[in-house]
Amino acid sequence: MAALFYIVAGVAVLAALSVVLQRTPVYSALSLIVVLCSLAVLYLLIGAEFLAVIQVIVYAGAIMVLFVLVIMLLNARRETPGDRSRLAPLLGAPLLAVFLAEFFFVIVKQLPRGSESSAAPLDSGPAAIGGLLFRNYVLPFEVTSVLILVAILGAVVLAKKEL
Amino acid sequence: MATSSEAISLLLVTLAKVAVVLFILLTAIAYLVWVERKVVAHIQSRWGPYLVAPHGLLQPLADGLKFLFKEDIVPTEADRLVYWLAPFLAFTLAFLSISVIPFGESFQWRGHELFQITDLNVGVLFVLAVTSLGVYGIVLAGWASNSKYPLFGGLRSSAQMISYELSLGLALVGVVMVSGTLSLRRIVELQSGVWHAGSHSTFLPHWNVLVQPVGFLVYFTSAIAETNRVPFDLPEGETELVAGFHTEYSSFKFALFFIAEYANMVTVSCLATLLFFGGWLGPVFGPSWLHPLLSVFWFCLKVFCFLFFYIWMRGTLPRFRYDQLMAFGWKFLLPVGLLNILVTSFLLAWQSS
Repeated sequence: MAALFYIVAGVAVLAALSVVLQRTPVYSALSLIVVLCSLAVLYLLIGAEFLAVIQVIVYAGAIMVLFVLVIMLLNARRETPGDRSRLAPLLGAPLLAVFLAEFFFVIVKQLPRGSESSAAPLDSGPAAIGGLLFRNYVLPFEVTSVLILVAILGAVVLAKKEL
Repeated sequence: MATSSEAISLLLVTLAKVAVVLFILLTAIAYLVWVERKVVAHIQSRWGPYLVAPHGLLQPLADGLKFLFKEDIVPTEADRLVYWLAPFLAFTLAFLSISVIPFGESFQWRGHELFQITDLNVGVLFVLAVTSLGVYGIVLAGWASNSKYPLFGGLRSSAQMISYELSLGLALVGVVMVSGTLSLRRIVELQSGVWHAGSHSTFLPHWNVLVQPVGFLVYFTSAIAETNRVPFDLPEGETELVAGFHTEYSSFKFALFFIAEYANMVTVSCLATLLFFGGWLGPVFGPSWLHPLLSVFWFCLKVFCFLFFYIWMRGTLPRFRYDQLMAFGWKFLLPVGLLNILVTSFLLAWQSS
């Protein structure tokens, strides 16, 4: 299990790097799909089958299809760096360093002391997740759906000049 | 934790099961193509394949050899990597969902389930997830060919598959609500027995199609659209788009798309059988060693009926227009699917109170 974790985690990190480093937008999108699928495998490894499958359906199967579709519609081929993109590394490098330092700080702080894992196994079945969503977190859940509805309406208003 | 010898035997048995299922499925698909050509030919008062062996029975073999030996042409402007990736993606994903399909009643051999590669407790969702990824094969093929007809085909099919995936998922929700489980094996087991009218038992089996008739119609209609078959085969509408997303593919890469389409047909037929038509359940008779085999036989027979229906539709119906297809999916199937869920949940709540 541990070996599988390191392999999948390695694939996820490499694919994530590829998302940023690729010059062709379609390759970036495909790398992102690999990242999302390897995250799903990581969920599977901790026994969260439902979450893993939902991750694939929602992110890889729905959202990324739209990304790929838009990239194809714009017919975006290989990017050529413009004048201002030379500035990007100068500004980006310090920000990246700050972000990474913060990231590692948080991770080291969160690491459990000693070898035993402290987290109790959670019930991650569909019934448990459904119960949480519709009892404990029903307000955030409904507010999110209203937010998405607003986004849809906004898109319709922007796209259609005459309604 | 399983010991290492158990793990190794599990691995070996699983690999053997995968090999057997793959072999049977590929052969079945080859002959499904033959059946399709024969049936459509007879619908149109023709003979169909007749030259290779009696009744063209070896035609699939001849076709396969032809695909293997044809020249593999890659367009010069194509995106090489994605162009290669697309057919393999389509093929792999088409076969992946078969891994959770149970082919017969539980039949153990030394603790290993023989008639199913793996029993996932979220089997229904797994099939949906794999189906939702299947669109990439088509989209990427259309884009990577760098040619206008494949691009149109790819765009059309992605729009179509995204639209009909919604109604497909909604149609399954009804069955899942009635069964209360996402495991395919459990859903079939819950459909055993017959209906009772008062104190009399009728001959009608307790299949989900009688509990969820609307759900079944929505499921099967969306499934036909998902698999890009007539009357929803717009991604490859040959009168408008030459051959759609696979126009620029030749030789074995084309064969991979071809096999993937038929494998998807088999998958959705299996799912329809399991979820709505009682899977492997059927009349059981004879000595006890015959029972597991009979269950597999009933399952295959039901799946074949669905596949025949697919072919029958192809020989009967004309193709939809693109705007009709979209309007039908969003303005008819989706509301009907939602309404079905609403009615089902009201009935379930009324029943339990």
